[in-house]
Amino acid sequence: MSSSAPVARRASALGPGLAALCVLLALVAFLSVTLGSRSIGLPEVLRALGGLDQDGSITSTVTLELRVPRTLLGVLVGAALGVAGAILQGVTRNPLADAGIMGVNSGAAVFVVIAITVLGVRGAEVYVWFAFAGAIAALVLVYAIASLGREGATPVKLALAGAAVTAGLVSVTSGIVMTDVDALNELRFWQVGSLAGRYAPILAGVAPFLVIALIASLGFGRALNGLALGDDMARGLGQRVTRTRTAAFAVVAVLAGAATAACGPIVFVGLVVPHLARFICGPDYRWILPYSMLLAPIVLLLADVLGRVVAAPDELQVGVVLGVLGAPAFVGIVRYGRLSEA
Amino acid sequence: MAATSTAPSAGAFRATRRRRAARSLVVTVSLAVAVVALFVLTMMVGSFRLGADEVVASVLHLRDDPSVDFVVRGLRLPTAASALAVGLALGAAGTIFQQLLRNPLASPDFVGINSGAGLAAITGIVLLQAGGLVVSGLALAGAAVAALLMYVLAWRDGVAGYRFILIGIGTTLFFDGLTGYMLTRAQLSDARQAMHWLTGSVGQAGDGELRLLLGAVLLLLPTAVLLQRQLRALELGDDTARALGIRTELGRAGLLATAVALTALAVAVAGPIVFVALVAGPIANRLLGPATGGIVPAALAGAALLLTADLIAVHLLPTPLPTGVVTGAVGAPYLLWLLATTNRQGAGG
Repeated sequence: MSSSAPVARRASALGPGLAALCVLLALVAFLSVTLGSRSIGLPEVLRALGGLDQDGSITSTVTLELRVPRTLLGVLVGAALGVAGAILQGVTRNPLADAGIMGVNSGAAVFVVIAITVLGVRGAEVYVWFAFAGAIAALVLVYAIASLGREGATPVKLALAGAAVTAGLVSVTSGIVMTDVDALNELRFWQVGSLAGRYAPILAGVAPFLVIALIASLGFGRALNGLALGDDMARGLGQRVTRTRTAAFAVVAVLAGAATAACGPIVFVGLVVPHLARFICGPDYRWILPYSMLLAPIVLLLADVLGRVVAAPDELQVGVVLGVLGAPAFVGIVRYGRLSEA
Repeated sequence: MAATSTAPSAGAFRATRRRRAARSLVVTVSLAVAVVALFVLTMMVGSFRLGADEVVASVLHLRDDPSVDFVVRGLRLPTAASALAVGLALGAAGTIFQQLLRNPLASPDFVGINSGAGLAAITGIVLLQAGGLVVSGLALAGAAVAALLMYVLAWRDGVAGYRFILIGIGTTLFFDGLTGYMLTRAQLSDARQAMHWLTGSVGQAGDGELRLLLGAVLLLLPTAVLLQRQLRALELGDDTARALGIRTELGRAGLLATAVALTALAVAVAGPIVFVALVAGPIANRLLGPATGGIVPAALAGAALLLTADLIAVHLLPTPLPTGVVTGAVGAPYLLWLLATTNRQGAGG
């Protein structure tokens, strides 16, 4: 791997790159509003957004109540997952770390399944809160267990505790699902991960959490750079390692918890986008975090649009599209690109 | 590790080394005893209870009692043997991956073999309404294709750890995406059968696959142990290993191939039982103390875990559930307890 030693790119190149990504994100968001089983032109979108067209026409209803919330949700959730993945990979110094392996998805799934079987809850806008609670509970549990013992939450213990909690929770979920066909039926659609059918009320519910946590997350760049050098070095440089880790984990809990609650477990984005960002800007987390924040929603929205267009009037879940098209693209980049180590 | 902090004499080194070897031996032997006890226990309990002596006599063909022979050899031995073999295979494969890639999360679940097998099997269940032997065959084929794909994609002047992990993630996600799609397209009854297979169960093995797996375990476990010298040196990093005169790429490729073969056969027999491979190595390492990294203890830990899980899944729960449901519930708390109580710096690999 010595041949692929990371070269820190100059800020003069990375700054404009960030601006270019913003433009690209705007473009993709525009595509996401206009494309779908019913195509909507730019003038109609603008008219609907401007509130000039409150006549209840199908076009303005579709735009305002379906497409726009869906796109906004995609942007927020994508950004949240990308940043959460980047932070977790930094905190645990493990290229395999993402919110899923830290128990977020399994925690949310357990709570959803319990809500369905025990409380008889139905409908996405109710179990969003169960999922949120479950995701956060799982992350807190992982962190608490990893923190036990003399040396606190080391990367290895975090990774193992996350994997163990995930496995335990998955056991509970599949145990319940195996005995309750109704729960299985709900769960199999929840667990593909999708932006569809999760609109305005859900967006309004999770958006405040996501926005606040996203802003907070941008402050972690320096701290993560320190942690990347190893705990001892970071401590030597005057960092409070434990406090940084706890704070980073809290932010990740909110980001990944809210995102998973809103859209179900969307894998890929949190795991892969940070690697793409690292591939573009080298090992400096002050750049990796904003790049992840912009790249992730671009990837997520593109996959979502594609899923809508390819299978129209039906649609493919975004999780499926990401796996089928995103994964080979990622493998190609890994194989033919120069890599920087995590 | 503690002994090296004060200036150590050669004698102190030797004493430390001897203490480690002794502990390693004690742990390995106790694990082996536990595995044998669990193996026999699995065949004793059930609706028709048997004594340990009857089971042992019947398995070893020492006594001739047709009714006992039927229950033991005909009904219970295949399940117990497949739990034993699958556990050994997954435990060994898991610890090999974790040490080769120097990452405690890098179990075979991550390198696409399980998910390739899963996709092939689920496709068979959903589209062809297949069952039994066909599904096992498809799973084996899927695992082989996935392993081949990994080999083609990740090999470029050898297998580098980081690239291997990333490509493994990509491959896994690709197969999982398609599997999720299959599940949403399935009839509910097929979806249930598919979930059952995806959870993994040791009771579903056919005779042919089981024989194949047993043979492979007998052949590949010693191979892996022989290659372990190289594995230990790889843990120090590629450059150090090379400086010690070890041909890193050859050793790595041989070990990876061994681990892949073990995983593929285990998945074909029992479905993708997650977590055994992930956790067997860390559990063995925590038990071993400073003498970490043995393949045999990890394999034994895997077998003990799976046998316990099977006992609980079949006999203790109100409705019999697939083994994979219980492996997590058995292994996870144990690993967490070990994590919380062991006050040592990361021994995960």
